Amino acid sequence: MKAFRILTRNIRDAFKSVFRNFSLSLASISCITITLIVVALAIILSENVNNFATLVEKDVTIVVFLDRDITEEEISDVEDSINILDNVESVTFQDKMSISKEMMESSAVFENILGNYTEEENPIQDTFLVKVNEIEHIKKTADQIKEIDKVSVVKYGEGMVEQLVSIFDIVKKVSIGMVVALIIVTAFLISNTIKITIFSRKREIEIMRLVGASNINIKIPFLFEGLFLGMFGSIIPILATVYGYVALYNGFNGQLFSPFIQLIKPEPFIYIISIILLVIGILVGMFGSWRAVKKHLKI
Amino acid sequence: MDLIRMKGVHKRYKNGVTAIHDLDLKIAKGDFVFIIGSTGCGKSTLIKMLYREEKPTSGKIIVGGIDVAKLRNGKVYKLRRKLGVVFQDFKLLNRSTVYENVAFALEVFGLPKSEIHSKVIKTLELVGLKHKAKNYPTELSGGEQQRVAIARAIVNGPKLLICDEPTGNLDESTSMEIMAVLEAINEMGTTLIMVTHDTEIVDKMKKRVILLDSGRIVKDYEKGTYRHESI
Repeated sequence: MKAFRILTRNIRDAFKSVFRNFSLSLASISCITITLIVVALAIILSENVNNFATLVEKDVTIVVFLDRDITEEEISDVEDSINILDNVESVTFQDKMSISKEMMESSAVFENILGNYTEEENPIQDTFLVKVNEIEHIKKTADQIKEIDKVSVVKYGEGMVEQLVSIFDIVKKVSIGMVVALIIVTAFLISNTIKITIFSRKREIEIMRLVGASNINIKIPFLFEGLFLGMFGSIIPILATVYGYVALYNGFNGQLFSPFIQLIKPEPFIYIISIILLVIGILVGMFGSWRAVKKHLKI
Repeated sequence: MDLIRMKGVHKRYKNGVTAIHDLDLKIAKGDFVFIIGSTGCGKSTLIKMLYREEKPTSGKIIVGGIDVAKLRNGKVYKLRRKLGVVFQDFKLLNRSTVYENVAFALEVFGLPKSEIHSKVIKTLELVGLKHKAKNYPTELSGGEQQRVAIARAIVNGPKLLICDEPTGNLDESTSMEIMAVLEAINEMGTTLIMVTHDTEIVDKMKKRVILLDSGRIVKDYEKGTYRHESI
């Protein structure tokens, strides 16, 4: 009960002092607002690049051409051998008749050429389409499949895939690094702004110590104040993310420049970002207050 | 029974100035003590050590059973809750009302609202400022502000009240009003230590007077006056 009373008083006082020291609070809040907007942009950008990379990676398939003289039994053996490999996500079998039928339907040229063959003479080979879990290890998986008996050729767009993988990897690392760096910079920036706020209240801290407030008693209201500053500071970035991203998504019809580059659907993406921004704002605000008030307690 | 015991206390500041030399002092419970002396004689250092704003370089200081010299920074609040301090410049929060300023000292203990209310009102009544509870310190006269500071210092019923030149900024008649309040508090059993330059007050009150010079106690009178001294 006593702890609860102290807590509610602290929250009430923290809320009050945000408004009592409004000009300085405003400085901290706008500092948080500006940096959180940049953080939001960085997250939106990097998540969309990641999303695009994942979509592309999902499309990458290993095509396994089987020997022409393969029997049905051997086909199922090969399928089993592929399925037991670590990195294999799914295996789809396409028999040569359905492939040639599909090709003949797709264009008149193919229809002309393939129409000349009988079922036995069909030049197309039976194939497996293999999707992998981790595109980084596609080469190893392709090599393992190549070793399997009755497999004639394995194709997966060698060279191009490796390049894509390394580019996406770099983009991912850079964007994560950017977000982390931004958060750290924000934390220190806000900590310094709050330090100025608290410096102006040295007297208040001095009096608190004088009347017998313990250090923790002094810190807690300031921590809540940091929490409120962080909360208020994240309002505009959250609104900007929610409305801005939806507008962007609708404006581009969900795709950037070409259907190939799909944007992430706004829901629940914007809500996840909003929560992340709120949490970052609150943590950074509290960290800033903690760091700033600590300095004044070393008497 | 002694409330304060100082033995062999020595204080040397980092800049090399020695403020207190090998000082022994005992103050009994319920005493009213004036500490006088010229500027720079160590009066302020002496009382600052009592509420642990300064630490002695060596020696022993016991205040209300607490070994002040050994008290760690994080535990200072335990001492501060047993005593009240009043300053020349009042040290009030100008953005809080009179009521809030006094209640502040109780809120840190986590007392229930109703208890805080009754204690604050009672204390404000004692210093004669109940009718100004909702005013802000800037709306009050100097004497009234000092009475608010006194109310804040005594609201939690401390055993010891330390006053650092409480009348330094006030005119004569206001000073006497403050002294009447302090005397009333002392009569209720609170030990009172007051640093002052005001000869009038010391002469009129006829209390124990301790004269400091260059960090040493040179005279200690029961029911003393300032006139004895040529300072």
